[in-house]
Amino acid sequence: MTEIFGIPMQLLFGQLLLGVINGAFYATLSLGLALIFGMLNIVNFTHGAMYMMGAFVAWLLLHYLGLDYWWALLLAPIAVALFAAVIERLLLRHLYHLDHLYGFLLLFGVSLIIEGGFRYGYGVSGQPYSIPPELVGGINLGFMFLPGYRAWVIVASLTICFGTWFLVERTKLGAYLRAATENSGLVGAFGVNVPRLITLTYMLGAALAAIAGVLAAPIYQVSAIMGSNIIPVVFAVVVIGGLGSILGSIVTGFMLGLCEGLTKVFYPEASNTVAFVVMVICLLLRPQGLFGKRG
Amino acid sequence: MKTLAALLGMCAVVAYASGAAADLSDGKVKIGVINDQSGIYSDLSGMGGVRAAEMAIEDFGGTVLGQPIELVYADHQNKADIASNIVNKWIDEDQVDLISDLPSSPAMLAVQEIVRQKKRLVIVSTGATSDFTGKACSPYGLHWTYDTYALAHGTGKTLVEQGGDTWFFLTADYAFGHALQRDTTAFIEQGGGQVLGSVAHPFPNQDFSSFLLQAQASGAKIIGLANAGGDTINSIKQAAEFGIVEAGQRLAGLLVFISDVHSMGLQTAQGVVLTTGFYWDLDDKTREWSKRFFERHGAMPTMTHAGVYSSVTHYLKAVEAAGTDEPLAVAAKMRELPIDDFFARNARLRKDGRLEHDMYLAQVKAPEESKYDWDYYTILATIPAAEAFRPESESECYLLKE
Repeated sequence: MTEIFGIPMQLLFGQLLLGVINGAFYATLSLGLALIFGMLNIVNFTHGAMYMMGAFVAWLLLHYLGLDYWWALLLAPIAVALFAAVIERLLLRHLYHLDHLYGFLLLFGVSLIIEGGFRYGYGVSGQPYSIPPELVGGINLGFMFLPGYRAWVIVASLTICFGTWFLVERTKLGAYLRAATENSGLVGAFGVNVPRLITLTYMLGAALAAIAGVLAAPIYQVSAIMGSNIIPVVFAVVVIGGLGSILGSIVTGFMLGLCEGLTKVFYPEASNTVAFVVMVICLLLRPQGLFGKRG
Repeated sequence: MKTLAALLGMCAVVAYASGAAADLSDGKVKIGVINDQSGIYSDLSGMGGVRAAEMAIEDFGGTVLGQPIELVYADHQNKADIASNIVNKWIDEDQVDLISDLPSSPAMLAVQEIVRQKKRLVIVSTGATSDFTGKACSPYGLHWTYDTYALAHGTGKTLVEQGGDTWFFLTADYAFGHALQRDTTAFIEQGGGQVLGSVAHPFPNQDFSSFLLQAQASGAKIIGLANAGGDTINSIKQAAEFGIVEAGQRLAGLLVFISDVHSMGLQTAQGVVLTTGFYWDLDDKTREWSKRFFERHGAMPTMTHAGVYSSVTHYLKAVEAAGTDEPLAVAAKMRELPIDDFFARNARLRKDGRLEHDMYLAQVKAPEESKYDWDYYTILATIPAAEAFRPESESECYLLKE
């Protein structure tokens, strides 16, 4: 068995594949964040809470309505997006003319309230949510056993990422969204309903967070603190990718997943800090991020 | 003349008042429950610990030696520095006499140093490290419910005797995880087994897939989970995903609470072998208390909740018997008075602060074996009090050598 730096090749490939899977999660989550920041110039501090809500809606749908995972994939993002629309319309809208600081203080406060509420209601040990029966089991790849569900996560994330990129960069709606951000006055003068576009963008970002939550529910704990566990890394991903760059956050998400995977093999104790080490290096060398535009 | 009379009158009043309260410092007994109320360990201790202490105070009558008993509580978020700040404030400004519960091994050890200097009692229920009554022992620190040695002895020794002689550890990278791994390794090697390897994962952690993969690659018969709470839940859940148990390896949950089993569900947790200091469904005495606890808390008690109730009750009895809340006098009385309640069976409080009591080896039931809510454990064996904890002859505590 060949070895690289004392680690058997087989184990290394297995870890890299796991890194790609984690990267898929990071990519999907950071996509929503980058979308909201890129389009609206708001740092969405409630992103972690919306990820958690997506997972909880999936659990609630199963527990009370008997609707399974596949329904949750459709309904949870819609539910969370509607909730996000309410937040945007009722609260956030009034702060656009002020310094950005007020916006993210508000969102930070909202996220604390949401997480506190769920913690009060459900505790932190989590709710049981099993892998959908169609995806149980896995494939033996030779160098590792790949669970079917994890393979699905890669496929689903890539589809979502590509779909979102296509929506924003290649469709008319996406063009309107981008134009409205760059020059809302002019776009408004053309008769386009700019406030509605802003709400829609925020809803889309929230839906992306929620769908990542549904993807996470069968394998991570569905608990009130699941958002705060994963969100710091997602922020790092967005910063490294370049604030506002959609392609940047997708590529960086996968790349950081790989870096983390390698760290877990060679120095596991550092695996939850490596993302920030990379972020610091990136900020020092290329502050606008890998795909961001200078200035 | 009037002023002199007034002054003498005041002196008399002051003398009378302080004379009446001379039995208890500050005229009351104040108990502070400090634990994790918002993070990864908040279900197994958290507000449940506070409610257990409330029950103990109420059942005792709400007063001791004619003075009131007060309760305060705080969230240390599993951080040693926050715990230190809170305990310092409690002792210096808030007249707290007893510190209770205290999960998180680093926080335990930090508070031990504080009480050693400032001379207050701390009775740990949730925290785990056996060093608390070992090399870090103090006359003010009592360890009530369990420790890493008892867990290692129960689960580790049993599994080795059953043929699990090769192990791989998944260890939470902080004081608790390392203490648990160390204590379990001692039993494995004593039993003729071997530790093939280990990996230290960040604390807390969500994704264990890569660590489980390493455990799988090692080929060890037993994968020891030297972690707790949410980390253990995630490890067990994800091990099922990777077909680890199906492929023939066994998972040893070195620290598992009934709250963890409740959240994993029996489908995922079935078959896990664990050591516990208490089970709500053990006999009539435990059931009676646990149902009362359930009415307050909404969930069955973990061993640490039961431990808080038992330790606070015994403390109050000792204060009453000693006629004072001076810590060393109370600790001496706690050792003198017999301890036999629904929680502590065949118990003895040692000089190093360790409470010896019966521990239980349990296995999580399969879903079809469970007949009613919270019917989760089959008790495989009782580990007698005298054997369950580190023998005094092997302890590094200086108090035992005097």
